[in-house]
Amino acid sequence: MTDKDQYKVEQEPFYQQQKNEVALYEAAYRNRLPVMVKGPTGCGKSRFVEYMAWKLNKPLITVACNEDMTASDLVGRYLLEANGTRWLDGPLTVAARIGAICYLDEIVEARQDTTVVIHPLTDHRRTLPLDKKGELIHAHPDFQLVISYNPGYQTLMKDLKQSTKQRFTAFDFDYPDAALEAQIVAKETGMDEVVAAKLVKIGGVARNLKGHGLDEGISTRLLVYAAVLIKDGVAPRDACRMALVRPITDDADIRDTLDHAIDATFA
Amino acid sequence: MTETEYQHPLMAAYWKQLDTSFPQVEEVFEDCMAEALSVLTREGLDAYLEAGRVIGKLGRGVEPMLAFLEEWPSTAKAVGEAALPAVMALIWRTQKSPNGRAIAPFLQTLAPVGRRLQSAEQLQHYLDITLDLMERTTGSIHGHHTTFPSPGLPDFLAQAPNLLNQLTLAGLKNWVEYGIRNYGNHPERQKDYFSLQSADSRAVLQRERHGTLLVDVEHKLDLYLRGLWQDGDQLVPYSTAFDEIRKPIPYYDRLGIRLPDVFDDWISPLPPGGGGVGGEGERISGIDRYRAVLAHIVGHRRWSEAQIADNWSPFQRMAVEFFEDCRIETLLIREYPGLRRLFLALHPKPIEGACNPETTSCLRHRMAMLSRALLDPDHGYSDAALNDFAARFHAVMEAGESSTEEIAALALSYVAKTRRQSDQFARVHFDDTVVEYRDDNRQLWKFIESGDEEEAFDEKRKIEPGEEIQGLPPRHYPEWDYASQTYRPDWASVYAALHPSGQAADIDKLLAKHGALAKRLKKMLDLLKPQDKVRIRYQEEGSELDLDVAIRSLIDFKGGATPDPRINMSHRTDGRDIAVMLLLDLSESLNEKAAGSDQTILELSQEAVSLLAWAIDKLGDPFAIAGFHSNTRHDVRYLHIKGYSERWNDDVKARLAAMQAGYSTRMGAAMRHAAHYLGARSADKKLMLILTDGMPSDVDTHDDRLLIEDARQAVKELDQQGIFTYCISLDPKADEYVSDIFGRQYTVIDHVERLPERLPQLFMALTK
Ligand SMILES: Nc1ncnc2c1ncn2[C@@H]1O[C@H](COP(=O)(O)OP(=O)(O)OP(=O)(O)O)[C@@H](O)[C@H]1O
Ligand SMILES: [Mg+2]
Repeated sequence: MTDKDQYKVEQEPFYQQQKNEVALYEAAYRNRLPVMVKGPTGCGKSRFVEYMAWKLNKPLITVACNEDMTASDLVGRYLLEANGTRWLDGPLTVAARIGAICYLDEIVEARQDTTVVIHPLTDHRRTLPLDKKGELIHAHPDFQLVISYNPGYQTLMKDLKQSTKQRFTAFDFDYPDAALEAQIVAKETGMDEVVAAKLVKIGGVARNLKGHGLDEGISTRLLVYAAVLIKDGVAPRDACRMALVRPITDDADIRDTLDHAIDATFA
Repeated sequence: MTETEYQHPLMAAYWKQLDTSFPQVEEVFEDCMAEALSVLTREGLDAYLEAGRVIGKLGRGVEPMLAFLEEWPSTAKAVGEAALPAVMALIWRTQKSPNGRAIAPFLQTLAPVGRRLQSAEQLQHYLDITLDLMERTTGSIHGHHTTFPSPGLPDFLAQAPNLLNQLTLAGLKNWVEYGIRNYGNHPERQKDYFSLQSADSRAVLQRERHGTLLVDVEHKLDLYLRGLWQDGDQLVPYSTAFDEIRKPIPYYDRLGIRLPDVFDDWISPLPPGGGGVGGEGERISGIDRYRAVLAHIVGHRRWSEAQIADNWSPFQRMAVEFFEDCRIETLLIREYPGLRRLFLALHPKPIEGACNPETTSCLRHRMAMLSRALLDPDHGYSDAALNDFAARFHAVMEAGESSTEEIAALALSYVAKTRRQSDQFARVHFDDTVVEYRDDNRQLWKFIESGDEEEAFDEKRKIEPGEEIQGLPPRHYPEWDYASQTYRPDWASVYAALHPSGQAADIDKLLAKHGALAKRLKKMLDLLKPQDKVRIRYQEEGSELDLDVAIRSLIDFKGGATPDPRINMSHRTDGRDIAVMLLLDLSESLNEKAAGSDQTILELSQEAVSLLAWAIDKLGDPFAIAGFHSNTRHDVRYLHIKGYSERWNDDVKARLAAMQAGYSTRMGAAMRHAAHYLGARSADKKLMLILTDGMPSDVDTHDDRLLIEDARQAVKELDQQGIFTYCISLDPKADEYVSDIFGRQYTVIDHVERLPERLPQLFMALTK
């Protein structure tokens, strides 16, 4: 089936395990339990799912959710054609049919009436009703649903319903500890570990300021960006200002403090 | 004034004490008194009225009296009411001179001056400068007798707040000095100078306007401590201008970190012989000098351990201090290598051989050289003992962090090894031996004589037995025991009662005080108010055809492309359906003054809660307010301040006005009880806001983690019930535990005085 192959993760993605999450995920998958991956932005959630899909050798279909998304965007719809209409499966339906891992990224962004369509797929029924088409799909045995969300953005108004939350097993991700994060940055970019550790140090300074004027600290993703720039020959101080500080804050005092941390770290 | 006009007999008595018949004073009297009553003590109030009476009788019209009555309370708030005699002394001196006309301008600017100076000591310096100016410019014109008033004084007084916004007291003193010296004998030009009209007056102002003021960079330094060092403390300025002989040295104690009020940029001297002509050494900005001091102090706080001083000579202690300072700086540099550059730029580089041991005590010089050498790999000194000890120091540090004790032993052997007879000489070589970013090391020593063991006492329930709580029978709640991972059933007894009442008008006053803020909030509230209908476009099914989209689709279709089928739109009523519970920690610690403010945390909370309640009421969300405190698990009190069915009315305000703080914080039990009410609401979204200033604790619980873990468990239970909890913490140390309880659902408010502004804003952001 060519359809299926196009969703396969071909190359092994680099993923640095933080604890025992790989084994736990494998257990969840063995039993086809739905999985929720929580954690701040850029901490490796998507990378983890991609890696697991590769490891399990299953197709991966990723959907980035947004607030305009409707149930049809997930399930599928009829398209008009010159001589009639034609049904087109949405990504969730495709995944259920071919037995893929379906990864709904930032699920809280989607409207609540959209999120409920996943309910029948996540309990013992493992079915997906296509109301308009009058079809009931029984999910392929390999199918699994994974959602991610960032509790940091969560406000009262943007939170998952209890009835949704309680259908998933969950992983609580966070930025890895300093030594591990330095390894990740180093391996991901080929940067030497000493410089990577310095970047992580600066990341730590920003994370200490979280809740004191910063909504989010500096993510692993941004640390990777900084390392990439440095590898390309950009002076570390410039790279850090550009990749680590400017994106996350406009507050002059915080910027000044982070800039100072950069100078103090890159002697 | 007819006495019956004042309802309150006390007010009438105060008025009588003032003993005046100026109608202008009568008009403002009540407002002045309201402010005075809120900031002055009983004695302060008497002194205030007495001073007002005296000033009214100076024979200078109503102006001085008006100014005094209006300005003194807020001046006292800034510098303390004890400064009044000094102010009155200046007024007397002025009154007795030909400068009586200057009394009004002096009083009119006193409050802003006081706010800038912030301490009685600093205010005294200002008064001294003023007096000096007055005495040296009065009556000296062309040798006449002392009959002419100072031409510049009134202008100076009018400009004072403006000047102090730009200058330190030292700068102000220099600026005044220049004016007196150059224009002491030219009345017109003197006026121009002191009113900042003349060009040189401004030029001198610019010149004096150097340096970085602590008040201006305080927030950055807070962030620095927190961000880079995960430390934090009150930063307290001391004045550098007036101790010319003994320059004060930074230090820290129970009350905070003491720093100079201003730091000029530092230009390090050129290395001897090196550098081009006219070149400058490295330049270190004022804020980086502050950072260097703070880093050094952080180092002590992290790694130094106090040593017993009694057995060591002063010389030995000095050596231990130098070694220990270098040890912690080495560790600091390990954390942030860039600090080496900063420290070395500020550290003196004593010249080898500059001290003559035949005539002078060279110990300080030797120590400063060694200190340099321990930090600077390129020190270039050739002394054998110095190089030997530098190597030994590095070897010790190579192995790890070492310790104060270990490094002290090394210091002692250095003293023994290099001792000279002349170390005892009275003449000490001081040049290039002061490391200005280091603190005075008072924390490094303890003295055995003054044993200050803390008094051990048994914790008891603080209220007397028998004083039981009236009202409903208690409800019992379980408590989570994290050690066994089980609940202790029916562990906490919660007594619910109606909060006592006070004066509703007090709350209205608080709201009026924040009138400007309320106006701003109002604008934000309007944006939050539910707009009844919201259009949702791009719907496959909907209530109406969305013509724009439909036409676009049709074109696509006719053109053979796939048309977008989402050509309908629908409407949704965007109702806000949120029920809110505001739970207030009313424990004892609220009675403390908020850091950097003259109000207690309780007062600030009262203001903030009033504003929030007002805002939520405007939005129309159903909400309740309750407070809690506890005195062992047998007595958790839950006080209703506002119920869901009550409006934001005088009854509620009266209860809020009577808010009082006492006892401890058994947070979990209170949250569970509050959830009992909030859970019963039928709203879509349920929000519980918890306003607290510290961590959960109670007198019968010795394991700090226990009530933290219980609160965390309570948050989980509430989450299961569909209640979103959010904590607003006023505890600067909250980072250590608050996320354990609330996960990411919390904010720490560092500047408590901003709470009245932040609390409603937070609520709105949370429910947007
Ligand atoms: N454990 C890890 N192993 C390897 N790379 C990682 C790891 N954690 C983070 N990264 C790096 O960080 C980047 C961001 O990670 P990822 O895209 O998975 O974040 P995310 O958590 O999905 O963020 P968002 O919530 O913003 O989508 C990755 O591209 C990768 O470079
Ligand atoms: Mg010291």
